Amino acid sequence: MARFLLRRAGFLLLTLVFTSLLIFLITQALPGDVARILLGREASAQALAQLRAQLGLDRPLPIQYLTWLGDFVRGDWGTSFSTGQPVRELVLSRLGNSLQLAGLTLLIAVPTAVGLGVLAALYEESWIDTVISLASLSVVGLPEFITGLVLIQVFSFRLGWLPANSSIAPGTGLVAALPYLVLPALTATLVLLAYVARLTRASVLVELGRPYVRTAVLKGVPWRRVVIAHVLRNALLPTITVIAISFGWLISGLIVVENVFNYPGLGRLLTFAIARRDIPLLQAVALVAVLGFALANLVADILYAVFNPRITLR
Amino acid sequence: MARPAAAAGIVRRRSGAWRRLLRGLYARPSSALGATLAAAFLLLALLGPWVTPYGPLDQDFAARSQPPSPAHPFGTDHLGRDVLSRVVAGDRDIFLLAGSGTLVAVLVGTLVGLAASYRGGWVEEVTYRVFDSLLAIPALLLALLLLGSLGPSRVSVLAVIAVAYTPIVARVVRSVVLDTKTKEYVLAARMQGESTAFVLGREVLPSVLPALAVESALRFSYAIFLVASLGFLGVGVQPPNPDWGLMVSEARDYVYLTPWTLTFPALAISLLVIAVNLLADGLKRVLQVGDTP
Repeated sequence: MARFLLRRAGFLLLTLVFTSLLIFLITQALPGDVARILLGREASAQALAQLRAQLGLDRPLPIQYLTWLGDFVRGDWGTSFSTGQPVRELVLSRLGNSLQLAGLTLLIAVPTAVGLGVLAALYEESWIDTVISLASLSVVGLPEFITGLVLIQVFSFRLGWLPANSSIAPGTGLVAALPYLVLPALTATLVLLAYVARLTRASVLVELGRPYVRTAVLKGVPWRRVVIAHVLRNALLPTITVIAISFGWLISGLIVVENVFNYPGLGRLLTFAIARRDIPLLQAVALVAVLGFALANLVADILYAVFNPRITLR
Repeated sequence: MARPAAAAGIVRRRSGAWRRLLRGLYARPSSALGATLAAAFLLLALLGPWVTPYGPLDQDFAARSQPPSPAHPFGTDHLGRDVLSRVVAGDRDIFLLAGSGTLVAVLVGTLVGLAASYRGGWVEEVTYRVFDSLLAIPALLLALLLLGSLGPSRVSVLAVIAVAYTPIVARVVRSVVLDTKTKEYVLAARMQGESTAFVLGREVLPSVLPALAVESALRFSYAIFLVASLGFLGVGVQPPNPDWGLMVSEARDYVYLTPWTLTFPALAISLLVIAVNLLADGLKRVLQVGDTP
């Protein structure tokens, strides 16, 4: 078990080194002079050079990258160009909000999606399957900003049940924030739903076709028991991986959802950072999101191994 | 997984295969609907400027914020632009952007995927390491990062789609190639001393085609999704271009005054995405390509 964990953690670290390099290269090495952005068009050449030296921009790229990564690991994430605040505080406070939203989304999405996927597989080719497949292919595959706007139209404007704007104040407790979280979470749910339900359906169908199912049926095990004790046990295992993969979708989805609902999470911070060309902020948000994605994959790997008796952890 | 028999059919008897593909798609109402709708959107994109009553940027200040009427079937926006003309121009735009972005991703992904996974060894290792680290960044995040440094423009949007989807296509190609390259007919071709290009093109590629066709359709639907989302976030296609996502985001400010400026572009995105999804699903069924996570 310890060796397994160590190996996985090693992979994670390797991925993070590669992706952090990518993020650094994309944000730093491409056109746009940071000093010029900070000081404006009229800055003197001397002032520009001084600022570049101060920010370390005159040093070779590999050194810049290592310094940046080293500082990041040690917790010095730099200062935001646009707000002058320390990036770390800004990012961490928003991260909490995003995690809250992501948690609620998963809480709604995963049981619903798995349930629908199982249902569609058990009633394969019946009208239930058709309805679920068509719904997940159509309504649910739409961009978040459209489903979000439709939900706002229905639940905020027509029915007046939930707020259309989720710009909660910092430090709002979970209970107080809940009404503001429901619509964004539902919107993000819809995209995950289609994907997870589809793959759950596929994996249940694979299991249903295996010989052990026929054996169980032929020896007189009640169908309900065959499904719950045999099929689901095996079929839901790959679903763990699917959920981890869909984390990437969740992150992408939340970026849009937070912007639709004005929810103060990392996604809003990201578009803010891009609009202001705030590179330290942009880098930090990207790294944190990628780290979260990688960690989710690691956790899924471990869960998969723990729940799968056929894998011995080495 | 791909069925080599079906794939070989596509290459050898092209016309027959096309007819069979179409018949398969039209055998079910859902994929028939998808194919028809997608074709209609494509036709509209091609005919675009010749069928719309006005130019997408033409402003008629006398007719601002008009509800739908015979003169303006989809109404006009707050600047007096004809919404129907803008939606059709946006259709052309999205086929151009999402279509060519997907095309680049599919071409590059196929070439790199074929070459790297057929050759194996460290080339494969390095290629897929790089691709894996690209895939470790969620698609929209990667898109935003790239647009943040490239600056928002149509060319950057196209580049973003290509960069984000090339690794995914390459991965699909690899999953088939790894299976195919040990098949007897491939080995036989190699034994005969055929060149690598010939083996890849004539023996390996056909077995990749079904999975590739399905993946292309899926990628195209995600590309539409991505272009629209980037437009909505204000970092993709810039005003006054008639991008659907951008139109929706602009219309949000006037939703009480001119709801039709929001409804029609939103409806257009929805219909096209649904159509392409249904089409991809139909292709998957007809070409017998399995679900892969």
